[in-house]
Amino acid sequence: MKHQNEYRDPALARVQLQAIRRAVAGCDRTITFMEVCGTHTMAIYQHGIRSLLPEQVRLISGPGCPVCVTPVGYVDQAVALSRRPDTIIATFGDMVRVPGSSSNLLQEQAKGATIRIVYSPLDAVTLAEKNPNSDVIFLGVGFETTAPTVAAAVLTAARKSLNNFYILCSHKTMPGPMAALAGDPELQVDGYLCPAHVSAIIGANAYLPLVSAYRVPCVVTGFEPLDVLQGVLMLARQVVAGEARVEIQYRRVVKPQGNLKARNILYQVFEPCDARWRGIGDIPNSGLQLRLEYHRFDAARRLPVEIEPAIEHQGCLCGEILKGKVRPNDCPLFRTICTPEDPVGACMVSGEGACAAEYKYGGWGLGT
Amino acid sequence: MCLGVPMQVKTIANDMAVCEIDGVQREASLMMIDDVQIGDYVLIHAGFAIEKIDEGEAQLTLQALREALDLGLMPE
Repeated sequence: MKHQNEYRDPALARVQLQAIRRAVAGCDRTITFMEVCGTHTMAIYQHGIRSLLPEQVRLISGPGCPVCVTPVGYVDQAVALSRRPDTIIATFGDMVRVPGSSSNLLQEQAKGATIRIVYSPLDAVTLAEKNPNSDVIFLGVGFETTAPTVAAAVLTAARKSLNNFYILCSHKTMPGPMAALAGDPELQVDGYLCPAHVSAIIGANAYLPLVSAYRVPCVVTGFEPLDVLQGVLMLARQVVAGEARVEIQYRRVVKPQGNLKARNILYQVFEPCDARWRGIGDIPNSGLQLRLEYHRFDAARRLPVEIEPAIEHQGCLCGEILKGKVRPNDCPLFRTICTPEDPVGACMVSGEGACAAEYKYGGWGLGT
Repeated sequence: MCLGVPMQVKTIANDMAVCEIDGVQREASLMMIDDVQIGDYVLIHAGFAIEKIDEGEAQLTLQALREALDLGLMPE
């Protein structure tokens, strides 16, 4: 893969680690950085980065796995929609095993519902074209990386005058929850490893208000191990110097202004709305809803269904895990009742959830 | 979910590109980026190229990492 080998060079990683150790050598307190993005969480676990960092530097996982922060009521709505006749649910693979209050999409499929896992939202548009007698509902979950691709699918469906393509929208945006967590006195986040590909769209400048409001350093960081180590080093240097700035480590992809063309597509179709984040609660203007002129594609408006009352599993600590307040091992269900084969919480279902990462790669002294 | 795969553009037709990585080819929409040439590396997410990969910046980052090595910041 392009640049993958270079950005995984162990010799350069050792040098970065040494630089991190030197940077924090005089620091007598614990410095806490939050990796916001689920893809960072996986990379950090996969490469054992926690175990390599000096003991003063603590990494905590944040709310950047879109599947994990999707409220249980959304899954219940998708389940209810899947029970409609002549309905095809099209979704990214992560969503099918997320538990709703009493079922999930995979169980509904076993009972006869038509669930199609797609690679691109455009595949869902093609499904609608090929199945004119069915309603095709795409589950619109994801941050600014994904939302433009779903917006493009809506525009494509509009251009093709499809009247059987819908989305069930639960898109969310950064950096709203980062501000919410930066203001949480229980957390004490000293810096953010900002999401790599969300930032490709929104641009590093999107974090400037967060930095000025909370004086919290932000470094937009790539997903390879050397990227993560360099991002940690840049954050550590800011903290030790008493600075709070936005920096870009992942310069080969992310620009200060982001991708304006993608944002134009995104905001042609969607507009900001308040959104509920699992574990964090309601955050103003942190979600996306279809604009008025695209309401005809809105499954929630056009395809009303009765939805069961949302019930969160008692004892599941996903909410606290998503805020970085506890680690997967602190949850009494972890590895006992809640496993990847039979997950209770979304953090165990998603391939990028903190619990799934801890389950897969933890237990090697890396999870502390 | 925000995984992006760096792929090389092989052919372009009507704002769609065939991109390749490690022998695997995928079609991707180019509607979100401008001025793509055959041979460029792009970041593919969910069937769309969402950004070009800047080869110059990639080399500069690696150079900075290697300079630390040259400066004698050797591991203990």
